[in-house]
Amino acid sequence: MNVIVCVKQIPDPNLPGALGADNTLKRDGKLILDESDSYGVEMALQLVDAAGGGEVSLVSMAPNGEVSGMRTALAMGAAKGTLISDPELQGSDALTTAKVLGAAIQRMGGADLIIAATESSDGYTGTVPEQLAEVLGLPSVTFAKKVVINGGTLNADRQTEDGYDEVVCPLPAVISVTAGVVEPRYPSFKGIMAAKSKPVDTVTAADLGISPVGWAGAGQAIVSVTQAEARAAGEIIEDDGEGYAKIVAFLENLKVI
Amino acid sequence: MNIWVFAQEANGAPTSGTLELLCKAHSLASGSGGKVTAFVGGSADSIAAALGEFGASKVYATGDLGGRLPGVAVSAAMKAVIDGGDSPDLIMFAQNYAGRDVMSRLSVKLDRTVLTNNVDISADGGTVSVTTPVFGGNTLVTTSFSGPGPFLAAFRPKSFSADPVGGGAPEVVAAPVPDLGSAGAAQVTAVHVEETSGPKLDEAGIVVSGGRGLGEAANYQMIETLAKLLKGAPGASRAIVDAGWVPFSYQVGQTGKVVKPSIYIAVGISGATQHMVGMKGSKNIIAINKDKEAPIFGIADLGIVGDAHKVMPKLIEALQARG
Repeated sequence: MNVIVCVKQIPDPNLPGALGADNTLKRDGKLILDESDSYGVEMALQLVDAAGGGEVSLVSMAPNGEVSGMRTALAMGAAKGTLISDPELQGSDALTTAKVLGAAIQRMGGADLIIAATESSDGYTGTVPEQLAEVLGLPSVTFAKKVVINGGTLNADRQTEDGYDEVVCPLPAVISVTAGVVEPRYPSFKGIMAAKSKPVDTVTAADLGISPVGWAGAGQAIVSVTQAEARAAGEIIEDDGEGYAKIVAFLENLKVI
Repeated sequence: MNIWVFAQEANGAPTSGTLELLCKAHSLASGSGGKVTAFVGGSADSIAAALGEFGASKVYATGDLGGRLPGVAVSAAMKAVIDGGDSPDLIMFAQNYAGRDVMSRLSVKLDRTVLTNNVDISADGGTVSVTTPVFGGNTLVTTSFSGPGPFLAAFRPKSFSADPVGGGAPEVVAAPVPDLGSAGAAQVTAVHVEETSGPKLDEAGIVVSGGRGLGEAANYQMIETLAKLLKGAPGASRAIVDAGWVPFSYQVGQTGKVVKPSIYIAVGISGATQHMVGMKGSKNIIAINKDKEAPIFGIADLGIVGDAHKVMPKLIEALQARG
């Protein structure tokens, strides 16, 4: 079974983010593999393993030919990747992103299963997996928290507001997986060394025949950026054994006890 | 401006998110001489009257989806109505599982962008702008739609108030799901509900949430005890949901529930952006955390820098003693 995993390379979320001159997130520094995507990579590796054959490929769209995050996923065990990197893509909306990923996946020859995270940790639009399914004309199961493949069929538990649904879906299909669904492996030293020589094909939007892209293709324009009203600073105290009494007094003051 | 609202039902009533959107749509539409239509993925029998009361003058209903997932099925039904000549200027969705999927599929079918995670919307002539919080809600970005409609936008829960506008019974029109081909091949075979007792997390007046700082899964019991004593609901950070301590339905945050209780108590939660987005609208915030540098203290009205294992048992004991 062949699986393609959509991976996003994002600015390190542990560092403070900033907006560039065009009011989009600055992505000019080193990018890392979005942790949300490490779950999809792990699931893909496990499913291919369970199927007894096939390989895991990656697809990513990132500026400046960035592959650092992809190398992390290759070090985990993915076999190869396609990177779409093109200055023209700056400012692309989620719909354009889905069209670009869809065209890249077709160029890669498709797959039995396409996996994405439910949303990225930076833009968190959360629409790309389902848009991608529509672009490819495939069925989809979003918010999958457990996935089992039986031959040509996928069985998934899909997260809902109140619990979960059991869903059956024929392959090929697109799924989005929630964080925590599997435990992502740490790349081994051997894996990291091997990842350096694994093939990454780099293409542009024009190579994929997608236009217009970037700001020209986005049906949106950023009008303004403002600071939200800050909360007034509260009272912060060190617990000296009587900290609980402060909470009791606070609750009393609000008349809830 | 004519507006559609993707209407959702739970236990025979419209969801609170649906009513919030209808209410906002009603005020936007009536300011511009337009009307509000609710689009239901399922039967509208039990909810049509309520949808009317909150501002919908017309209701489209697909009828039973027969186990098909809403994303692919409802978007196709919407597209069929639009192709039939009834095209709105704006379609509003709740930022939740079904809302997100329907809007995503529809965006490709119509070749229109989607703007998600919004907390506000305004219309000035034909220009529609939406506002999204970024960087944990510290910064607000306002974006306008360009190009032709329908504009597609999703809103976070509790972005608008929901008040009845006194509308009468709406006209209900069938909007059947067309043939979906292989894209509609996924089928729901069983539905599971994870029961929780006490008030619902997103409706409770008091929420007590626990995080990694609790140390281990067994200590989450302190959160449940305190929540029960305060007649509130227990919640959780994504970290302990991912770790499997509690079900996803407990999660407060960007990907979980958005809560705006009068009192929010965060225990052993450092305050990652992901979490803060879901609770910073709370009226009063109390935080207990060992690390005095934790971001949660930046938004807390009362912060106790201390070990949850020491503070919580005393707090519970003091409240129990009061009866």
